[in-house]
Amino acid sequence: MTNRIDLHPTHSHGEFKLRAGKPLPFGTTLVPGGVNFSVFSRFATACDLVLFKKHAPTPFAEIPFPREFRTGNVFSMIVFDVDYENIEYGYRMDGPYDPENGHRFDKEKILLDPYAKLVSGRDVWGKEPDWNNIFPHRGQILADDFDWEDDCQLETPFEDLVVYEMHVRGFTAHASSKVKHPGTFAAIRDKIPYLKDLGINCLELMPIHTFDEFENSKISPVTGERLLNYWGYSNVGFFAPKAGFAATGKFGMQADELKNTIKTLHKNGIEVILDVVFNHTAEGNENGHYISYRGIDNKTYYMLTPEGYYYNFSGCGNTLNCNNPIVRNMILDCLRYWVTDYHIDGFRFDLAAILGRDQNGAPMSSPPLLETLAFDPILGKCKLIAEAWDAGGLYQVGSFPSWGRWAEWNGKYRDDLRKFLKGEPGLAGAVSQRIQGSPDLYQWEARENCASVNFITCHDGFTLMDMVSYDGKHNEANGENNSDGGNDNHSWNCGWEGSSEDDEVNRLRVKQIKNAAAMLLISHGTPMILAGDEIGNTQYGNNNAYCQDNELSWLNWDQLSENAEIHNFFKQMIALRKTHPMLRYSSYAQNAAADVEVSWHGTSAWHADWSGEARTLAFMCRRWQSDERRAFEPDLYVAMNMHWDAHGFELPGLENGRRWHVFANTDMPHPQDIATPGNEILLDNQHDFMVGPRSVVVLIGK
Amino acid sequence: MDLQYKMDLNDGIASITLSGSLDATNAGTFQEELKKLIGQDVKKIVFMAKDLTYIASAGLRVMIFAKQRIGADVQVYLVGAQEAVLDVVKMSGLDTFMTIQKEFEG
Repeated sequence: MTNRIDLHPTHSHGEFKLRAGKPLPFGTTLVPGGVNFSVFSRFATACDLVLFKKHAPTPFAEIPFPREFRTGNVFSMIVFDVDYENIEYGYRMDGPYDPENGHRFDKEKILLDPYAKLVSGRDVWGKEPDWNNIFPHRGQILADDFDWEDDCQLETPFEDLVVYEMHVRGFTAHASSKVKHPGTFAAIRDKIPYLKDLGINCLELMPIHTFDEFENSKISPVTGERLLNYWGYSNVGFFAPKAGFAATGKFGMQADELKNTIKTLHKNGIEVILDVVFNHTAEGNENGHYISYRGIDNKTYYMLTPEGYYYNFSGCGNTLNCNNPIVRNMILDCLRYWVTDYHIDGFRFDLAAILGRDQNGAPMSSPPLLETLAFDPILGKCKLIAEAWDAGGLYQVGSFPSWGRWAEWNGKYRDDLRKFLKGEPGLAGAVSQRIQGSPDLYQWEARENCASVNFITCHDGFTLMDMVSYDGKHNEANGENNSDGGNDNHSWNCGWEGSSEDDEVNRLRVKQIKNAAAMLLISHGTPMILAGDEIGNTQYGNNNAYCQDNELSWLNWDQLSENAEIHNFFKQMIALRKTHPMLRYSSYAQNAAADVEVSWHGTSAWHADWSGEARTLAFMCRRWQSDERRAFEPDLYVAMNMHWDAHGFELPGLENGRRWHVFANTDMPHPQDIATPGNEILLDNQHDFMVGPRSVVVLIGK
Repeated sequence: MDLQYKMDLNDGIASITLSGSLDATNAGTFQEELKKLIGQDVKKIVFMAKDLTYIASAGLRVMIFAKQRIGADVQVYLVGAQEAVLDVVKMSGLDTFMTIQKEFEG
């Protein structure tokens, strides 16, 4: 049997032996003796496969697909005896150039395969490309031989996650990270002991799909440095990991390095969620350049106006036509690929509201793409998280179509908590909802409270340290006259704009950071921490550091010792959350099935102040009386005083001889600010607690 | 520098001394050479890599091939590898199925 020939050439082109290919799967597939190339285009009239030797300036072969190799709208061909590890490939598509009718075919252009699994061209981060390259982003063929051993998705319950949002490069690019290969996937592996010690169990990676850091690059008018597309919310290839994020990218081994990093994270109990950007591509608007989609089938891939211009719901020039059935399938294929081939645990969808717009841009009530993803069998155990708004004004926090599967970045949580933290009055009602997992937003649909991903900061906006150090954004270094970035920051500088020598200001800032950490980590839902907030990382007031590939964005690890008390506070609050299942229950308390009783208090026990002047709020969490666990699980009480004066809080009484113990009090200096779980300090006065100005107190009744 | 290799088989130990760079241009012929070990009584494959200066993905795949095809119970050793080579092996996760040693200890 070993000599049996299953596939033999039937055609030839020059020295190349060929055979009609298999239309599915799209992209490249290794088959016995050759490579199957398959690409879709509805409107192309002809297609050539273009082959390059690695890094060669010109192609060594162009093979037209014979007519009989096209099935329907798919061109597919097996090419035998290709040195697949040493070639790069693309396509030329012929067809009408008729922008008014949506067509932009140009046979002069060599196009990237939308399904390319490896993309070369930006192999080393920040290395100036050859601008004369006729084919700058080239497809490569990936062998499917990574050994995952016994690794699989971790399937950690949503409510048990503590998410840590990270930029792969920014996490370790700074020299203070002391890793061997700064700014890479491999370096994340080196930092696993740190992440485990902190207690997080899920990394959310900002975009790692292939993007071009040189897209729209320019010189900063402030620093004179070159500004790059650092964040990478602009896809070149959806199936390929960014080579420049891999220490081995220059060897074309970025896929292996990323897989190995994920495998090692999984071994350490840490999930990996990818931030995916399906709302637009790096090709820009009608003035943009050809990379792939616009030359392969412009009318299929993009939302176009009746005149053939690009709709811009993304704010980035074009909008991917997500509810076209072809594009929908591409997105599904892409996510399935990342789950099966990279063992990814979940996805966060950038500007996800766009995914619910129809082909003319109108919001749909039951968008087929979102429904497909919610019910897909391969994505069945994946976390699906929506950024439930877009740049076209569609805001769906609380109303994003979910089918019980989709969670949301809860923007209202961020805004309400920030306002409460800075001392705005009248937020007790809103904050009580946010802390319970926002039932006002999600309970109507019988969604679990893990529908809410709670965050106070994320990559978009101020870091936590900057949120307490700046009243306004300072984005001059971005070169847009400080007009970019949001203005609704709800931040407060604690009395001085920016870095301060004043001890009182600095003490207040640290306290406010601890207040934020305490509220975030006792809230029901899934908490998300922005990487670096736990060590007081600053971006010097820049709230939109998308182009700042420098020390402004990078985590400065020296702050770990300088801000050790902030780090310890985060660490112990995470530990508290892990110790007490009541903080992680998955159903709303008001729901009959829930087993946790949440009661609201104020300076008087059992009487919360819901008035428009309120700046105080307290709550208690315990098992229902009927729940057997009540005998074993301690009660929890949290008092939040966001007023600038101290207030006495009357404590609710405890049953069964239990007494209140202090776990955290942000008014106290380190190390009295926080205990370790299980080592809380017994209170002398069991009836009242004087909560300091702008302070949070966490008590354990045991 | 091109790849040079020397292969000896003694008492079930296949010792392969590598020098130069192992990449896509020479991995194929090297793999053909390794195929000669199939069916022989090989217990251990030892890549002596002191003078190996560079390894690309194609080279790593040859090592995977050695592990998977030459025999189910065969043990693979990478001995004396330079830091640059060792780095690539570790970052791509191959260190989990090869025994890495400074000197061959058996």
